[in-house]
Amino acid sequence: MSVDLTTVKRVAKLARIATTDDQAEKMVGELNNILGFVEQLSEVNVDGVEPMTSVVHMSMRKRVDEVTDGNKADDIVANAPATEDNYFMVPKVIE
Amino acid sequence: MTDLTKLTIAEAREKLRSKEITSVELTGQYIAAIEAANAQLNAYVAVTGDQAMDMAKASDGRLSAGSQAPLEGIPLGIKDLFGTLDVHTQACSHILDGFKPKYESTVTQNLWNDGAVMLGKLNMDEFAMGSSNETSYYGPVKNPWRAEGSSADLVPGGSSGGSASAVAAHLCAAATATDTGGSIRQPAAFTGTVGIKPTYGRCSRWGIAAFASSLDQAGPITRDVRDAAIMLQSMASVDPKDTTSVDAPEAHYEAAIGKSLKGMKIGIPKEYRVENMPKEIEALWQQGIEWYKAAGAEIVDISLPHTKYALPAYYIVAPAEASSNLARYDGVRYGLRVPGKDITDMYEKTRAAGFGEEVRRRIMIGTYVLSAGYYDAYYLQAQKVRTLIKQDFEKVFAAGVDAILTPATPSAAFEIGDKEMASDPIKMYQQDIFTVAVNMAGLPGIAVPAGLDAKGLPLALQLIGKPFEEETLFQTAHIIEDAAGKFEAKKWW
Repeated sequence: MSVDLTTVKRVAKLARIATTDDQAEKMVGELNNILGFVEQLSEVNVDGVEPMTSVVHMSMRKRVDEVTDGNKADDIVANAPATEDNYFMVPKVIE
Repeated sequence: MTDLTKLTIAEAREKLRSKEITSVELTGQYIAAIEAANAQLNAYVAVTGDQAMDMAKASDGRLSAGSQAPLEGIPLGIKDLFGTLDVHTQACSHILDGFKPKYESTVTQNLWNDGAVMLGKLNMDEFAMGSSNETSYYGPVKNPWRAEGSSADLVPGGSSGGSASAVAAHLCAAATATDTGGSIRQPAAFTGTVGIKPTYGRCSRWGIAAFASSLDQAGPITRDVRDAAIMLQSMASVDPKDTTSVDAPEAHYEAAIGKSLKGMKIGIPKEYRVENMPKEIEALWQQGIEWYKAAGAEIVDISLPHTKYALPAYYIVAPAEASSNLARYDGVRYGLRVPGKDITDMYEKTRAAGFGEEVRRRIMIGTYVLSAGYYDAYYLQAQKVRTLIKQDFEKVFAAGVDAILTPATPSAAFEIGDKEMASDPIKMYQQDIFTVAVNMAGLPGIAVPAGLDAKGLPLALQLIGKPFEEETLFQTAHIIEDAAGKFEAKKWW
């Protein structure tokens, strides 16, 4: 399988990365190079093979559903580029 | 004045406990060494000198009160991927500009609890994506090693290039690092240092910026095998904050060093004899086999038939997980923000400006292989191949093999700005050809220096162990260290 310019632009949109025409053009070649490299996986017979979901056989540890942390609003917004009254500030979303 | 930066952790530990030296003296010498060298090597992206001296003073206080904490007073460098409270933590990416977390990663907290002193944060490939430390927003790191008669700057490997360079140049007693496809073992191999990637689940991933969650593991880079054992002992823990951290039996790594190898089986996988393998690496591998025979181990030829598929499967699984993990960098909660005409425009401009070329490339690949219509063909197929890779190892271990011996890298360190590598990402990806299967199968692997090439550059061998049997790796790696000796870069910086 290979990608064309339209696909690269669509993927860039999905990934939320602004991409100029020149960058997209360059990426077509690069992505096809990598996709060509991984293509060899299709020759492996995987009939009846389960996909790996975890390298270590273990059931996920769970804990009691109770509040163990919190009251850290100041810490949570401490690194934000724009905040007001412990809210994250973003450009207007709904007109 | 004695150069205290020459001491291993084990040596410094004795001198600190017997009050022959203080942590303030030891830490002071490391800070001075960093100040003198860092403009050249670029191993540190942030030096926390004042904090280091405060921690050293506190350690000295505890030492006079008789503290026997395993790392009491030992100065360490920390890879920039580890979250450190109120200290520069940016995964060497522009997108995390100015980020100083309000939390401490579990691994670094374990080190401080054991008395260690933090010297600063170490350079790395951006978000740990790279094999040469050239993708860092803070510029490349130089390898303290140079080829005989040459002044060309070499890469220290990656992604833990700052960690490897700092350890080799004596700018810290040891360093933390992380390994997703070879990022501890390849830089260790390039710098004549020891690097171990423990079993997946041995060290908590909590507070470490995520690259590929099913592959990432923390581990140390050190100047010898014993120091690696000491460091891993402190780094490893069972952590309720990481659901993939495994409650494995308590191990005592240092005690494994020096144990006899009589009756052990070392496997030699034929699939690692790759095309165009440099003669020197082939010879080094053979030398390793001879050392193990002399140590009383039995050498057995083994087959890991799906080895060649590990790297292509990795380049689906790792970018897929990365594209998901890196979705959080959106200019809202932390780091860089580039204004836009609306919120989507802000996301897109922020991520375009904040991520470097290699990171953008991997996010794109990951987004593509996970997108509607391609998931089965790429991601599901890769996860099935991953099962087969793991089964290859399980069969070999079930047949009685205790550890597997392979080369660590397909070459010695190459030059910064290498044209062939720069023009073709896959060339760079192939640096991980011997290390990546270990991550795909979640196994422990150690790189240990084994010799020098014709140009005088370090080369390493790798040992791969059974899950949660890191002790076997320290035991077997020590045989190579004992036979090959240690390797030091000639100081030019």
